[in-house]
Amino acid sequence: MTESEKTSGKAKLALYWAASCGGCEIAVLGIHEKILDVAKAFDIVFWPCATDGKVHDVEKMPDGGIDVCLFNGGIRTSENEYMARLLRQKSKVLVAFGSCASEGCIPGLANLSTRDDVFNTVYRDTPSTENPDGLRPQPETKVPEGTLHLPVFYETLRTLDQTVEVDYYLPGCPPEAERIWDALTAILSGKLPPPGSVIGATTTVCDECPRKRTEKKIKKFHRTWEVIPDEETCLLEQGILCCGIATRAGCGALCPQVNSPCIGCYGPNEGTEEFGAQLMAALASVIDSDDPDEIERIIAEGIPDPAGSFYRFSLAASSLRRAKRPSNGNGAQPAAAQAARTGESH
Amino acid sequence: MSDETFQPRIVGFLCNWCSYRAADLAGSARIKHASNVRIVRVMCSGRINPAFVLKALSLGADGVLVAGCHPGECHYVNQNYKAMRRFILLKHTLKQLGVDDARVKLVWASAAEGQQLAEAIDDLVDGVRKLGPLHWPRNWNENGRDEALENIAKEHAEVMEVPA
Repeated sequence: MTESEKTSGKAKLALYWAASCGGCEIAVLGIHEKILDVAKAFDIVFWPCATDGKVHDVEKMPDGGIDVCLFNGGIRTSENEYMARLLRQKSKVLVAFGSCASEGCIPGLANLSTRDDVFNTVYRDTPSTENPDGLRPQPETKVPEGTLHLPVFYETLRTLDQTVEVDYYLPGCPPEAERIWDALTAILSGKLPPPGSVIGATTTVCDECPRKRTEKKIKKFHRTWEVIPDEETCLLEQGILCCGIATRAGCGALCPQVNSPCIGCYGPNEGTEEFGAQLMAALASVIDSDDPDEIERIIAEGIPDPAGSFYRFSLAASSLRRAKRPSNGNGAQPAAAQAARTGESH
Repeated sequence: MSDETFQPRIVGFLCNWCSYRAADLAGSARIKHASNVRIVRVMCSGRINPAFVLKALSLGADGVLVAGCHPGECHYVNQNYKAMRRFILLKHTLKQLGVDDARVKLVWASAAEGQQLAEAIDDLVDGVRKLGPLHWPRNWNENGRDEALENIAKEHAEVMEVPA
């Protein structure tokens, strides 16, 4: 026990925000007045979004000085990675909080393009951009007083566990307030599953969905804007690509209950890893055709963005992690350079 | 870019009842074919989850072969149709991820078609050899990452120095 723990007797809690939208921070406040119980049980030692705190305060803490760190967001920049490594070192329990930290989420879809594409969109192509000099953020800028550094924007967004070791995962975009509270009480009472586990349900969204299911046979997929679905029948049976069949429960099937398909934000169900592959495997069973040309047509017309549809939240966590970079593959580089570089993993 | 010395590494998922036996037949009939395919026997092409193919590519395979019984002749009635639908879904996804069509093939081969399977393997190996190595993990390389992390630590240390 450290000095400060002796004095306050409370466990120390940190929350951090890397490459994410901020929804996870708001989700923490979604536990409403129970946040007071959190404050009773924990000393909040670092939470840049809600409290004043400096990185060098964390740097000065002893290793393992933080009991629990809830880390949301993916690893997009060198600053994100620096903070992930720092908080890993200082925390006894590191929780990948929310979809971004767990599996990359929407920011991870940038892995379908390159850093140059992303910068071109943001600093050149959007109609609201005025940038006649074509300026781009530079990691280093020389000024009379010295050199200034900006964090480096990585080519590939990585998940938290592709960067540092993660103890627990709390899925969801964002995690539902009840699940956050469940996780916090589990941590407080010490009743935690084995390290590396997802704290959550072990069934799929379909099990929480009240819609009537009979038989799934799909001749045509409809995009959500093309039809107004019947409110009682399974959305997938109506030809709407609903990801509930592959997605971990825990949200209470919120989207299907308001006539909108599940888009998979709670990630893969227990026992599976590759969300998109599971979804493809399941969808192949419900497409009602044995004719290759017809199958081709059903998929081409109904699912124009397969990677985005099957990996909307999990591209960065998938086996391939990203689209092929133009600089790589198809023998573009000499064999010696390849051998040297494949040795480097994440 | 073709490279004469490049030997593609290809993972083949072959169904127990037709395609694996076709490979067996090709062997016992001493049919010559490229030796680049490492075969994994599965009970049925319908057993093959797209995750198997993706994992093989992510671990360094240059191509993947999926082979099953001809449509209508599946030992498990119709599971090869499921394999076909999965395969088409996967192909559409792989296209978006930049994996060339010629790297991942689905072929049907009955237990009597050792010759046909051998030809399909040769075709696949030739196609992949023309494309060159895939080396998927290289896509994850991050140049300048260590230096960037060091710079952050250095600047933090400088900021914390109290000026005299």
